[in-house]
Amino acid sequence: MSGTGETGRAAEPAGTGDQDVPVIEFRGVSLTYPGPPPVAALRPCELTVHRGEFITVVGPSGSGKSTFLNVAGLLDAPTGGTYLLDGIDTAALRDGERTALRGRRIGFVFQSFHLLPHRSATENVTLSMVYSAVPRAERRARARTALERVGLGHRADALPGRLSGGERQRVAIARALAGRPSLLLCDEPTGNLDSDNAGSVLDLLGELHASGMTIVVITHDAEVAERGQRTVTIRDGILSEPSREARA
Amino acid sequence: MTRSPKRSPQRSPKRSPKGEAPREEPRTEPREKSPKRRRVVEPSRLAARDVLAEAVAGMLQRPGRSVLTALGTVLGVGTFVAILGLTATTSSQIDSRFNVLTATEVTVEDVARDQNEFADPAFPADADARIERLGGVEDAGVYWNVRLAPGTAVRSAPVGDGTGSERIDVVAASPGALRAAEPTLAQGRLYDEFASGSAQPVAVLGKAVADRLGITTLETSPAVFIGDEPFTVAGIIDDVKRRADVLMSVTVPRTTAEKLWGPPQQGDAKMLITTATGAAAQIAREAPVALRPDHPEYLKAVPPPDPRTLRAGVTDDLDQLFLLLAAVSLVIGAVGIANTTLVAVLERTGEIGLRRALGARGRHITVQFLTESGALGTMGGLVGTALGVSTVIAVALVRDWTPVMHTGTVVAAPAVGLVTGVVAGLYPAWRASRIEPAEALRR
Repeated sequence: MSGTGETGRAAEPAGTGDQDVPVIEFRGVSLTYPGPPPVAALRPCELTVHRGEFITVVGPSGSGKSTFLNVAGLLDAPTGGTYLLDGIDTAALRDGERTALRGRRIGFVFQSFHLLPHRSATENVTLSMVYSAVPRAERRARARTALERVGLGHRADALPGRLSGGERQRVAIARALAGRPSLLLCDEPTGNLDSDNAGSVLDLLGELHASGMTIVVITHDAEVAERGQRTVTIRDGILSEPSREARA
Repeated sequence: MTRSPKRSPQRSPKRSPKGEAPREEPRTEPREKSPKRRRVVEPSRLAARDVLAEAVAGMLQRPGRSVLTALGTVLGVGTFVAILGLTATTSSQIDSRFNVLTATEVTVEDVARDQNEFADPAFPADADARIERLGGVEDAGVYWNVRLAPGTAVRSAPVGDGTGSERIDVVAASPGALRAAEPTLAQGRLYDEFASGSAQPVAVLGKAVADRLGITTLETSPAVFIGDEPFTVAGIIDDVKRRADVLMSVTVPRTTAEKLWGPPQQGDAKMLITTATGAAAQIAREAPVALRPDHPEYLKAVPPPDPRTLRAGVTDDLDQLFLLLAAVSLVIGAVGIANTTLVAVLERTGEIGLRRALGARGRHITVQFLTESGALGTMGGLVGTALGVSTVIAVALVRDWTPVMHTGTVVAAPAVGLVTGVVAGLYPAWRASRIEPAEALRR
């Protein structure tokens, strides 16, 4: 019993903070929904996201963005290829382990925020630490820190209904950050926001990137896509990475 | 909770689970890929306290709905508690009415005519003596209401002075029967075996009768006239413990009554026996044989009721119907909880998806919703218990009873609510755990 903690630690890939290990590594990852007829939602693709990178995945609706999100976010298991998250082979994981890995290493930011309406901003943020064994006493402090980091220290006790759209999304980002993930996975983070609020959220993502966070933003908006260091395009389930020069 | 030995300095800044060893989650999957396979990821966990906190928060975020949901359980548990409490209360009422007085009393009835239409009155002349010889008997005596000829009145003077407008009953009773009634005398004394044996014309009056006849003192040696027969008043009875009709009658010795008006009509005569505590049932068995060894079947002894059968009779009757009703309302309560929880699960699909994304396993979702419905059931059970107890107390107050409740009832009732809630939550919680996070988050 007491040994499992040690084993768990020892089994970690050579240091999650290690710059050499990519956060995301797709090796021929594909996802085909079994038919009939079988649908190839994601064709075999290669993708490497290094620690500290800010990449955007862009594509029209129906192109396979959601599938990419589900696979990268460990919500769906790929049917082919190998997906290494922080160097951990996710195919070898059992269901429960995949769930735990998702909870601990990935911070999700959704288009529709997914805040619990009857809980304050702080309580919403602490939710991300409920399932990962963060002691209760520590959760609140970490939630405050995360809220301050997204510039909402003064709205810590507000209910989501009293917050603007941009503030809500920033609470959601704080929730993702409080879990101390390796990867911030954002699905259309500005999709429900007006341009002012969208701008402030994107600025925040830029700041987080500058402080070393690895960020993947999935969007259909070319302007949002511009913010990334690299942009990956997805179309008809095919992932491709045009070089900057080619686009320019 | 075990604590692992101090770990080496944490290499990962991403997590700091404060040195707590992860609890080994029960592995249901039979496939163990390889024995050398090591745990790669610390499993997700959900502490019991967090489960409770989440359940309470879930309940409080829609308080109105929670109250309505719990209503069925409130009614069901409340009915259960009220019925069990009222049953306990009423049967304890019967216990107290079944007191020493009734427990030490045996009545013997003359049923000779039912057996043989030519039979004489069943009680022998020495009935009192025969019964008083039995062990455990305190007093015994034969008595009957004398059937006077029409127009025969009881008066305090030989000729009418207007007091005979109302009928006054005349009771023939042997001295033993009079003593068995345990009278308290206001004045004078009871007649004894000597007066009875020589058929003396003496009478004992109830206080009410004496007042009506205008007899206030025995110092003047007053007499009463039954028809034209004079009777010396021996005593005035203030109160009796048994046979309250004595207070409203003129009581004369059995022998005197037989001499003047003949033997009792068939079935009129009865015998009253008072016994030592606990002897009544035994004496009821012995009395017919002691009185009429030749024809014990001519007499029927009525022992005091057995308290055990009394209580069982009360419990059996109505209560089963009411308990059935309570069970029905519990089922309705359970259906209500199931329904609301199911609606809540559908409403909260997004929340479920979010929790799954944050690392909750399917079983964590199950446990959360089960706890929520269990908490609703427990709340309903507690309120229902309180209402049930209040009902019992209110009824007892109105009826001037002592409220009696079994501790088990009060303790078990909230548990019944809990079980109802958990059972009702099984299906919705299972549904919740089956929700695909990817699907749920798309909303």
